Order: sequence, then C-alpha cells, then structure tokens
Amino acid sequence: MTPVNPAPALNDSAIVLDLLLLILAPLAIAGVALVNVGLGRSRSAAQALLGNMVIIATAFIGFSLIGATIAGNIGGTGHIFHLAGKPWNWLGEGPLFLKGLANAPIQSQLELLFEFLAVAMAAIIPWGTGADRLRLSAGCAIAAVLSAIVFPILAHWVWAGGWLAQLGVNFGTGAGFLDPAGAATIHLLGGLSALAVVWVAGSRRGKFPKEGFATAMPGHNAVYILFGCLVALVGWLGFNLAGASLWLHAPLTSLPVTALNTLLTAAGALAATYAVTRFRFGKPDASLCANGWLTGLVASSASAAIVSPIPALLVGIAAGIITPLLVEVLELAVAVDDPSGAITVHAAGALLGLIAAGLFAPQPSQFLAQLVGIATILGLFLPLVYLLFLAINRFIPFRVDTDGERIGMDLHELGGGAYPEFVIHRDDSYR
Amino acid sequence: MKFAGLIVMPAGFFLSIAALVLFPAAAPRTAFILCALAVEVVGLIVAVRGHMENRESDPGDSR
Repeated sequence: MTPVNPAPALNDSAIVLDLLLLILAPLAIAGVALVNVGLGRSRSAAQALLGNMVIIATAFIGFSLIGATIAGNIGGTGHIFHLAGKPWNWLGEGPLFLKGLANAPIQSQLELLFEFLAVAMAAIIPWGTGADRLRLSAGCAIAAVLSAIVFPILAHWVWAGGWLAQLGVNFGTGAGFLDPAGAATIHLLGGLSALAVVWVAGSRRGKFPKEGFATAMPGHNAVYILFGCLVALVGWLGFNLAGASLWLHAPLTSLPVTALNTLLTAAGALAATYAVTRFRFGKPDASLCANGWLTGLVASSASAAIVSPIPALLVGIAAGIITPLLVEVLELAVAVDDPSGAITVHAAGALLGLIAAGLFAPQPSQFLAQLVGIATILGLFLPLVYLLFLAINRFIPFRVDTDGERIGMDLHELGGGAYPEFVIHRDDSYR
Repeated sequence: MKFAGLIVMPAGFFLSIAALVLFPAAAPRTAFILCALAVEVVGLIVAVRGHMENRESDPGDSR
C-alpha cells in the first residue's frame, strides 16, 4: 500500500459550488430514466421506472458496502506493483463501509458523492437496453456487480490516482487519461454493459422475424423521451462542471466555458440528427433526435472541460450524424435489439468524446493517453462484464419467460399496469 | 465464436500496455497502440458475428 499523490486543495467557494452542482447531477439520472421508460412499451412502463429506482438503490448500497473501498480516493492509499521500473497503481484502498467519512476532508467527501452518482448512472444504462424482457431481479444483480466490482476498479484507475491517471507522469503521455465527467467510467462502461446484456438476454420476441426486416417497436411516449432529454441537460451541466472542478482541478473562471461547451455539443448533436433524419425519412424523427441530443451530452462528458467552443460544436455535430446511422446499423445489420439506443448513445458517444478530448487537448501527446484508456476499457472491461453477466444469468435468469413477455412486464412482475384506464394494443408479432 | 472474439480483445489491451513499456518514442508507440486497438476491433467484430449466427439459428430470441 502506497499513498497516492494528493490533489490540490479546493477553496471554499469551489467547495460550495461543487456541492450545489452535485445536487443538480441526479437530474441527469432522472432524465435518462425517463428516456428509458418512454422508449419502452406501454405494458412495461411501470416496471421500467421502478427498475430504474431499485437499480439506483442497489448501486448506492453496493458501492457503499464494497465499491468505495476498491475505488479509494486521490489522497488515500493504493495497491501498487512495479513493472519496467514504473509504479502501476491498480487497486484503491478506501476505508471499509465508509468508516470515518464524516471526518474525511471535504474534498474526499465530494469526490465520493460524485462517484455515488456516477455509479447510479452507469448501472441504469444497461436497464434501458434490456427493456421489455429483463427481470427486476436481474437488473438488481447487474447493478450490484457493476457497483461493487467493475465500476470501482475503473473509477480508481481513472479518477483516484490509478495507473491510467498516472500515464502522463510515468510515460509522458499528456496529462494522463482524462475523463472529467465520466464519459469512460460511466458511459463507455454502461454502453458496453448494455451490449453484454443484449448478448446474454437476447432480443425481444418477434423483433427479428425469420424473413424480412426487423419489426419496428417504437417507444410508447414521445413526451417522456423529449422531456427526459431536457431534464438530463440540467443534470449533465452539474456532472460536467463538478467533474471539471474535482478531477481536472479546473479554476472557477474556466467553468462557464465548460458549461457553454456542454450546451454547444448538445445543440450541435440535435441539429445534426434533425437534419440527417429529415433528409433520410422526409420528416425529423423524435426518438432519434432525443438519442442524438443524449449522444452529444455523453460526448461532452469527455470533451467539454478540455476543448474550446468551436471544437465542442464540431464534436456535437459528429455525434449527431453518427447516432441515427449507428442505431440503424445495429438494428438492421447486426441484429442488436437495443430499445433505448444505449449502445449508440453511451458507448459510441463516449468514444467520440474521449477521442475528441485527445485530439483537441493542448498537450500534443494527450491523444495517446486517451487511446490507451479506450483500449483498456474496450479490451478488458467488455469481456469481463460479459463473463460476469453470463455467470449471473445461470443463477438469476435475465430474461422473463415467454408468457411474461407477452402480457407485459407490468402485469407479470408488478401485477398491475402503468396505465390501467387505457386499452393496451394487441401486438401483431404474436399472431 | 463469440468467446473467440472476447478472448482476442484482452490481447489488444496487453498489446497497448506493451507499447507503453517497450516504445518510449512517440511514433512507434502510437502505431503499436493503434494496432492494439485494431486487434480489439477485430475481436469485437468476431463476437458480433457470433451473436448474429445465434440469431439466424434462433430468430426472435437470439442469445
């Protein structure tokens, strides 16, 4: 165990501001949860929203009991081995069960609060992908594994002085792997977990018929989807600004530019998706525009605190262009049934933002550090998460039985629907 | 087939670590890390192909 380099101390005004920003950040989680519900079917709406809540609760408990110990913090200790004459900090060592938290420095408490919110966001991302077929107990098991084991390891590597954060010091690659608001730790990890969920749980019954194209299964409530996007924007500002202050130690004077970049990236993404869907389908597509907006926000998690406004807008435009195209490729060419578009929004958006942060960063070798971080998460964490999910699936089956899927998750798992006064349409795919 | 792809992906990660340790100069290090990422992408493509093959043999409920 070796002490990790301490972070520069925050002044009082930065501490107050970070606390206020972190109070706003749960709105990002609420927004994504609303989008997840709206993009699912009406007969699974209550189960989807309750699922988001129990997953968040499970993630909080899992992270507090085990995860926070593994994640550690910047000023704490870490397990280090030496390879090729360099120290590799691979595991944190925080106090067990948050012991002594009340007496810890305020900065450590704020970092821990950020990680709590981040783990909740990461855990609900795969839930949206498993909509209409994933059982509540499976969602809780996924959240427990992500919050107790997978996320804390990555959070330590990226935020708490782990080997990815130290790439700049040890190997001269820029300022080390930069991920100020969780593009890698939250969104790339969440998006890859969503892909693993599809691989383990399979697609919705009737989605890919034996012959012909994939069956369209549109979301049931465009208002939830679009309002969720607006709510998420507020939360994202909280995440991006607090992340810049806590993890990049950005001065207060630079935070307005970070906020502006967040808005520009989201705006560029929405405008680009609007234009692409208008061009391809003759009319703009509401759910794809919502996905484009969120992809822009995810990309801003990596880049908003690092790039200047024009590159931020360009990142948003690129995010908005790839969103509708990738959603289509995943569904029609690769047979990935992702109702919430989480793989495109969170995984692809995060990759774009992380690469952009490397390309537009002031340090010339920053791009290399970003590539190493991406290679680590893609090469190590996707196989790890898939194997963990396969193991869980043996004991807690991810997928509901055929009858449950037919009558809807609300009736099957909760005994009552979200809209009891409305007639639910019969699904043609079961004829 | 999916497992074959997933076994290849960590190899890409270890290649990127090897690049950091073995090549101090920027150009070869960048080239090696890009190759490592290419290996991971190949592994991902193989895994995705494995998912598609499962779907073709069991439409509507691919795993």
